[in-house]
Formats: sequence, C-alpha cells, structure tokens
Amino acid sequence: MSPAAAAQFPGAGIEARFRLAWPGFALEAALQLPGRGVSALFGHSGSGKTTLLRCLAGLERATDGYLAVRGEVWQDDARGVFVPTHRRPLGYVFQEASLFPHLSVRRNLEFGLKRVAAAERRVSLDHAIALLGIEPLLGRMPERLSGGERQRVAIARALATSPRLLLMDEPLAALDAQRKAEILPYLERLHGELEIPVVYVSHAPEEVARLADHVVLLRDGRVLASGAIDEVMPRLDLPFAHDEEAFVVVDARVAGRDERFALTRLEFGGLPLWITGLDAPLGAQVRARVLARDVSLALAERHESSILNVLPARVVSLDDASPGRTLVRLDVGDHALLARITTRSAVQMGIAPGMDLFAQVKGVALLR
Amino acid sequence: MMSAADLAAIRLTLELAAVTTAILLVIGTPVAWWLARTRSAFRGAVGAVVALPLVLPPTVIGFYLLLLMGPHGPVGQFTQALGLGLLPFSFAGLVVGSVFYSLPFVVQPLQQAFEAIGERPLEVAATLRAGALDTFFSVVLPLARPGFVTAAVLGFAHTVGEFGVVLMIGGNIPEKTRVVSVQIYDHVEALEYAQAHWLSAGMVVFSFLVLFLLHSRKRGGVR
Amino acid sequence: MEARFIRLAAGFAAAAALSTAHAAEVSVAVAANFTAPMQKIAAEFERDTGHKAQLAFGATGKFYAQIRNGAPFEVFLAADDTTPAKLEEEGATVAGSRFTYAIGKLVLWSAQPGVVDGKGDVLRRGAFAHLAIANPKTAPYGAAALEALRKLGVADALAAKLVTGENIAQAHQFVASGNAELGFVALSQVWADGRLTSGSAWPVPAGLHAPLRQDAVILAAGRDKPAARALAEFLRGAKAAAIIKSYGYGQ
Repeated sequence: MSPAAAAQFPGAGIEARFRLAWPGFALEAALQLPGRGVSALFGHSGSGKTTLLRCLAGLERATDGYLAVRGEVWQDDARGVFVPTHRRPLGYVFQEASLFPHLSVRRNLEFGLKRVAAAERRVSLDHAIALLGIEPLLGRMPERLSGGERQRVAIARALATSPRLLLMDEPLAALDAQRKAEILPYLERLHGELEIPVVYVSHAPEEVARLADHVVLLRDGRVLASGAIDEVMPRLDLPFAHDEEAFVVVDARVAGRDERFALTRLEFGGLPLWITGLDAPLGAQVRARVLARDVSLALAERHESSILNVLPARVVSLDDASPGRTLVRLDVGDHALLARITTRSAVQMGIAPGMDLFAQVKGVALLR
Repeated sequence: MMSAADLAAIRLTLELAAVTTAILLVIGTPVAWWLARTRSAFRGAVGAVVALPLVLPPTVIGFYLLLLMGPHGPVGQFTQALGLGLLPFSFAGLVVGSVFYSLPFVVQPLQQAFEAIGERPLEVAATLRAGALDTFFSVVLPLARPGFVTAAVLGFAHTVGEFGVVLMIGGNIPEKTRVVSVQIYDHVEALEYAQAHWLSAGMVVFSFLVLFLLHSRKRGGVR
Repeated sequence: MEARFIRLAAGFAAAAALSTAHAAEVSVAVAANFTAPMQKIAAEFERDTGHKAQLAFGATGKFYAQIRNGAPFEVFLAADDTTPAKLEEEGATVAGSRFTYAIGKLVLWSAQPGVVDGKGDVLRRGAFAHLAIANPKTAPYGAAALEALRKLGVADALAAKLVTGENIAQAHQFVASGNAELGFVALSQVWADGRLTSGSAWPVPAGLHAPLRQDAVILAAGRDKPAARALAEFLRGAKAAAIIKSYGYGQ
C-alpha cells in the first residue's frame, strides 16, 4: 500500500490486503476503498471479484490477509487476528437470494435483526421494509415470491442488521432485465439514503455506471485499477475505454429546463449539457452517461449543426481502439470525456495531445 | 392369539427400539454432520465403519460384541471397572448392540440431508450474525427435518427387525432381552406355528405401514 | 486296431455305469450338536462304500419345518427322538427306518478350571451371575438341563440367572466367551479323545433327566436310494459307534 493510497481515505475507509492460492487460481489483491458510497468490483468471471468479496466477509480465509473497515481491524494475520463472519457487522447479499425456505419473509428479516444488540441497531426494520417496498410480502413464504421480490427481501434482511459494510455479490445477475429494472431504483435509494459503504460485485458496465462511485477493476486475481468512477472509466490504458459500449459518467446538477422543447439543462464544471425530457427536478444531483461512440470532434464550434451539445475540449491523449478507429481522451472543463472516431478523421484533422477543439455530444443518457 | 410372553416381547421390542432411536439421533447427528462437512482424510474410514453393519451378517456383529463386552473383552473390562458389570444378557447390552447395528440407518439419511442443505444457508446465517451452534439449531435442523424423520423411522424399524445381534448377546431373558424376532424364532423352533403367525404377521404389517408412510411422505411431501 | 479301441471304450463305459450304480450321493440333515462326529463318520462312510454324504448342519426344529415344506433331505439325524417320531406319524419318512444313533450326555461346564466341582454343588451355592442353558422350549439339551435343575431343587433359585442360547452351540459359546460363568452343554462339545478339553465340568448323572435320545430316520425322499439305506446301516455299525463314543455320546 503506497503512502499516498493509504492517505486516500484516512480512518474512514476500507483497507484490504489478501493473498490466497488455489489450484488454478490465485488472488493477490491490495486495495483502498472509500468509507462511503458504492465501490464496484468489476471484472470478467474468474477475475476473482467474488472471491475478494468473500474475503472481505471472512467467508474465505485468505492467508497473509489484512482488513480494516473504518478503523476496525477484522483481519490481521500478522497479529493472528481473524474476526469470524458472524462477528463482523456486515451485510451480505448473495447472487441468488438465499432466503431461508423454512421461514416467512418476516422471520427471514428478523433472523439477523434479533441477533444484533439493541444498542447497535441503527436501521429499523420498518425502514428497511419501506426502503425496499416489501411490506405486502411480509406474511409470505419465500417459495411464493418472484426472483426480484426475493432479492429485495434478501437486501432488506441484510440491511436490518445495521451493517457497517454492505457486500453485494451480483445481486441482479440471476434476474432478467425486467426484474433488474425493478430492483435498481431500490439500490439507488439505498445509495442515497443510507450512510453505509457498499462493495458491489458486477460484470455489467450498465450496473456499474448507475451505482458505483468507486471502481476496482480486477483481472486474474489482481487489481488492475482502483479509483473514482470518473477517473477510471476514461483511462485509455484500461479495457473499459476499449469496450464497444465504452462510456464515461458525468455527475451533474439539474440547472434549468426548456418547457417548450422539453429539454433539461444539466450543469457540470460550469458547462451546460442538454438532455431531452423533463424528468429530473430542478436542483437535483444526477448522473449522466456519455458513450464514446456518441462523441464526435470538430475543429470549429458550429452552431448550425443539429447536435445539441457542443463543448470546448482539449485533447489529452489518443489510442488506437481497433483497426480504423481511434479513441481520444478529452478534458471538458474539469471532466474527462471519451470520443471514438475513425482513424482517418483523426489523421486528417491532425488531432494531437494538447489540441483545443470541440466535442459534439450526440446522446446523453440520464442514469439516475 | 398372543400370550402374555408375546405381549411382553412386543413391549420390550418397542422399548428397545425407542431407546435405541433416541440414542442414535443424539450420537448420529454429530457423526453425520462431521461426515457431511469434513475434508479430513479419516472421512472415508469413518464412513466405512458406520456402513459396516449394512454388509456384515448380524451374527458377526453379535459374535464380536459378545467377545468385546464379555469379561475378557476390552469393553467388558471397562464396564466392569466402572462398576456397571457386564453388558451381555442385559437390556443395556441390547441397546449397545442395536445402536451399532442400526447406526447406518440413522447416520446415512442424516448425512444426505445435511449434504443436501449445502454451504450457502450456513454462509447466509453467518452473515446474519449466527454462530456455528446457533446456525445448526436455527437453520440446519429445520432444513434437515425430513432427514431426521427418515432417520428416526428407519432406525426404529430396523431395530424392531433386529434378530441376529440380539440372539448372540441377549440370552433370551423374558422382559429383558427376549424381543419379538427371538420370540418368533422360538415359536417356529418349538413348532408353535400359530403363535409364530400372529407375531410374524404383526411384523409384516408394522414394517409395511412404516415403509408406506415413509414413501407416501416422500412422494407428496417435499414442501 | 479299430476293434480293440471299440472294446476298450465299451469297457470304460461299463465301468463308469457300474461305479455310478454303486457310488451315489446322499443328502443328510444333521443336528448341530452332532457336527464333529458326523464329519468323521461321513469320511469313513465314503471310504468304505464310495457313497458321498452331503451334510447340512442346523437346528432340529428348523429342519423339521424345511422337511415338511419339501426340502430334499434323504436322511435326518435329529437332536431328539420326538421330531423324527412326529415326521414318521405324518408319513414323511420310510416306515420302520427310525432308530437311536446316539444318546447325548449333559454336562455342567465352566471355561475356568476350579469353578465346577465334581458334584455340582456350585449350583446350590449360586455364586455366579449367569448360568447358560440351551432354550428348553426348543433344544432337548435345554429341556434336560431344566429338568436336572428342578430335580436338584435349584430351578427357582436360579431362574433369574438363566441365560438361554437358541441351541446348545450358543449356550456353549456363552460359557466359552466367559459371559456366563458356567452352563449346561453337551459333553460332546467339551470332550475329545476321552478327556475334558478345557475348564472344569460335572457330568450330570443320567437319573436327573430323561435320556437325550437322538434319533435318525430315512426320509421319504430317500425311499429308493440305496445310499440312504447304506448310511443308516453304517451309523449302526462298529466303526461309527467308536467315533460316536469318542465324542462323549452313549449309544
């Protein structure tokens, strides 16, 4: 752990270091996570993200491990410290809901709650129930619930233990798109309303874009990158930027609206960004996603274009994305954007680092 | 019809089966749990020992129990040192024999039930603050309940049907070690076929009912 | 050359036919207590007559049930005299073939030297936990033992100490393993070459119980089998008598 990294989230963060070797797989990870917000562990299957999450929970016993959560040491093998899972104030949501089949929804919710000392309860059961909208399900047995309902109960069950760390292992992976869409808003509310740091395992960029504040990219059991989402996603040296669906996220404020044309004006770093629709309330903090393929470049600001958003930008770096295509990383205000253009255009326009030009943003999707 | 001796044999048999089943559930549960969960190198050996009564002729078990629990056997010397006397020809001796004889019929259904539960519910319980013992009682026991019913029924029924072991270590003492199967054997040997019929038919009906209940529960049961 | 060969072959065939006529098999059900002497007798029988005796050992009551239900035994050596008589009554035997082949001797025996005295006083003292007998209901030796206990006047006093083997072999096993300190067994079980093989014993006087007659009978299945008749004759002969006696039976 570099001193700089250690200082990144002093005291309040999560510091973890695990080493674990199985036949055909080795995990060797050291990372710092913020003590609030959602950190996503992202990577392909086999990259070790679930194993890392299980190490955080103590379900997997890493050798030579160290884990401190907001100043509390849960594991320090150098000093022989290992707090067993059931003594760690954490919540864990498994990929399949894993409700106890012999208990009703209410008894499932109470299972963890009644094992937490009254003095340590900070999330009330009613709050957890309300947050996930499961009031009507309380009397049912798990077998009578849909997949999405089960997962919401599982999340509420974890929350009801007032965890100081919430671990989620691809909680949406087993669900179809409709169920996912049903649950995501609840997860976002979680994010907005509770001061509980969440570590969220995912291999779906969509989920990461919507939920994560911090991203850890894993590959072959090692940490490839770790940082705030708006720093990590635009990095040309990482595989994100090279994905067909590469994007960056922009956290912005709803600054104004144009009722006549049904447009909403977001503001980020002093720059305007127009989006269609009038869904977001004025003043709200929102997150927008800009796909690299939706950004084109122009040497001059052309107001006669049909494109709504044209922003002044400076080229930071370039990279060959694939044959015939070039990725350009831009600074727009204090934010990074990615543009994917043809290599011919890049050459003809003479695009080079340090160059000032204009980014034409064809599409912006509001994530939350 | 049945004589007083027959009825005494029935009562004794039910008592033996009940006590044996109770003891087997108590000692079989941790053994089955260990077998279901361990990665120890001894797993195979212990599993084989538990299964031995399935393949050994009951007379072999009875013969060795007679020698082991006798005055020159290690078990016999131990019970004598404890002031308990010798186990052969006593109800306690029959219980010991039956426990060993019916062990696989209790341990194996339990082991299968525990294995079927898998790792996940235990992990879930741990993340919900439940320690190992707590998890066992609040999660494993209720989930393995069908396994416990099967184990208890099979253990009980198999003990009721026990003959060879009792013959070897029982001594055929009325109201102490003369169980139904031995009583039937005596009736047949004494050419008292009518009495033998009453008891034998009773055993057939009992066994059928037990298996019938077990099977119909399985068919319609599973939640 | 060819003619000679044919003559030779014919000679072999005739010899083979002759030997099958003479050397046959006989299937015998034998009371368990008579196992050892019968094995010796069967060997002598085969040597003398060329007939082979197929021996099955077991409990007399069980053999009765099997014979009544069609078991193909040709000769039956029972442990008592009542079972063969019953079979005879029921017409399952060759009439007039029943005879007593041995008379069993009851002995009070302990695997430990010095436990059983020469007069059986140990029974009156009662300083033991278990006395093994064969099941009086099913085994003749058990019935004889119980009769002897009654005549000695100790049956009631010792009732709580009785442990019952299903047959005389099991009663012997209880005593041999030490689980019962002493027990009534067949002399043949603890007697070889004219003396006690181990422990201490008291031969129960013949007057204390009805004689333990062991009867043999030719069964219906052996009606037209010369080998069955030959075995019955052999059992009554001098060679068999010597073997039977050496195992502690009377005749």
